[in-house]
Amino acid sequence: MAAAAPAASSASAALGLTLRKLFHRKLVLAGAVALVALVLLALFAPLVSPYDPTALKVLERLKAPSMLHWFGTDEFGRDIFTRVVVGARYSLTIGILTVAIATVAGTLLGLCAGYFRRLDTPIMRLVDAMMAFPDILLAIALMATLGASLFNVVLALAIVYTPRIARIVRASTLVVRELLFVEAARALGVSTGRILFRHILLNTTSPILVQSTFIFAYAILAEAGLSFLGVGVPPEIPTWGTMVAAGQQFADNAFWVVLYPGLAIMIAALSLQMVGDGLRDLLDPRLRKSL
Amino acid sequence: MSIHSLNAAARTAPAASAAEALLEVRGLRTEFRTDAGTVTALHGVDFSVAPGETLALVGESGSGKSVTSFSIMGLLPKPAGRIAGGEIRFRTHDGGVVDLARADDAQLRTLRGRELAMIFQEPMTSLNPVLPVGEQIADAVRLHLGVDRKAALARALEMLELVEIPAAKQRLREYPHQMSGGMRQRVMIALALSCEPRLLIADEPTTALDVTIQAQILVLMRKLQHEFGMGILFITHNLGVVAETAQRVAVMYAGRIVETGSVREVFKAPRHPYTRGLMDCLPANALRDQAGHPQRLNAIPGQVAAPNRQPPGCAFAPRCAYAEARCNAAVPALETVAEGHATRCLRWSSLP
Repeated sequence: MAAAAPAASSASAALGLTLRKLFHRKLVLAGAVALVALVLLALFAPLVSPYDPTALKVLERLKAPSMLHWFGTDEFGRDIFTRVVVGARYSLTIGILTVAIATVAGTLLGLCAGYFRRLDTPIMRLVDAMMAFPDILLAIALMATLGASLFNVVLALAIVYTPRIARIVRASTLVVRELLFVEAARALGVSTGRILFRHILLNTTSPILVQSTFIFAYAILAEAGLSFLGVGVPPEIPTWGTMVAAGQQFADNAFWVVLYPGLAIMIAALSLQMVGDGLRDLLDPRLRKSL
Repeated sequence: MSIHSLNAAARTAPAASAAEALLEVRGLRTEFRTDAGTVTALHGVDFSVAPGETLALVGESGSGKSVTSFSIMGLLPKPAGRIAGGEIRFRTHDGGVVDLARADDAQLRTLRGRELAMIFQEPMTSLNPVLPVGEQIADAVRLHLGVDRKAALARALEMLELVEIPAAKQRLREYPHQMSGGMRQRVMIALALSCEPRLLIADEPTTALDVTIQAQILVLMRKLQHEFGMGILFITHNLGVVAETAQRVAVMYAGRIVETGSVREVFKAPRHPYTRGLMDCLPANALRDQAGHPQRLNAIPGQVAAPNRQPPGCAFAPRCAYAEARCNAAVPALETVAEGHATRCLRWSSLP
């Protein structure tokens, strides 16, 4: 116990130092602040806005932004600010779940392909074949087969982005597996599974982390794209994508219907990219010196 | 669980079986399958290591020193490398004898770290960069001794103190990049010895270190050998280190042992032209002018023939100043020079 306490404090000190370095750049800090604000809004959505995101009020339809309705109202009189905030819940959840599934699956595939010579060709040819399709096209094809639902969007996007993680993990594994400490671990009687997950995986976490941040951003964009095209989330669920899709026919005389959900998509994707850039620069030793 | 109880067990074991070899390698042949066909890296290697003894395995790059150590550890690159013949008899803690050449992967895995351990040439890369060193030692201890995390960390601390790392308690939580090369090699030694293996294979453990640090590490290894009573197979190309550490030496050339004997005897009267050549290469033996200033190092002309282009007879004959026609006829047998001293040279008795 005595040994655990200082270890924890030195670990948190190291984390503090890392964060300070990370936020040293204004752009990264801005991205992180925007991201945290979005997440907080999504978490406390009912407290932020007094309106019901789904109740129809035909009399209030297509009202311009005002003190009463900050972002205006849509074609059914629903408060757009409320719907953007509630939509953040769906869009961010879809993003997180997609990243989680893609990262786990991609990491497993990449580790196996990189470590076991025999599995390399079969796994990587499959990955190459999947990467040959444009992301959104593959996602549309998958959605067409799976059918439109919230879970299927997550599944389709996870399938689309798994190969990206797999490629990066394989590349890192190929490098790390040749390092002497892997040989040294084997000379100590460490089993293959433990070498894979304790020694190799631990040394590939930074590229995985960076790529996951980017995939988070892509997933939010792709979900919006799928919903806009009508093959994603069913229109009654307020995600940013479905809001833009439903609003586009009114965009001529009620720009706010598409502007605000569109802005939300942009801010979310941009802030994730900025944080991802910062992480990459921080974790890449060649770029670290310039920070 | 303390270091003292572990040590007591290790100390009494060699005494009981001192007469029996700890490691006995007989006719070890190791092959590699390559695109150009099968290449034989070891053509029947014989040697033995007694408990508490240090055997130095000496030779140039490509002579088969490292292949020998990887064959013993069962760490030959798969599927290219394999042991094609011979046996590696190893006596474990409980007194049983295992043939490592025939042991399966699972069996080897339980032996590695517990019964045989290895330290490497490059201390800079042989530790995992993202784990604290204490964690790495504790991992090995938990794996082989089955103790809980707390006891394993306590053992790691004991080991760091044993290898004379100052402020061991703080160092326990540090990462390899926070340490110097000499310090990391100490950690590697602590890691390798944490489960008190009976045999330590040291593959050029001091080559990458400063000369001053080299001496410290050698002294440390001797101290630990005294304490743990383990046998050491010391692989090196540095004859100075051999004189410093080993009781017996085996000189390898092109996958065969060409001369073996006690360090004192082999160094005083080498009976193989290759051993002699190695010793002439030492800067202290450089050619000197009249004033006694060193002029030029005595290099052995030529280089080791590629394993797939070995001459039919003595592999060293093409580079040997004493070679005769009969040297090329067949591979010479290992002939006894004196008790415990043997050489693989037809002309050993007539060497000037």
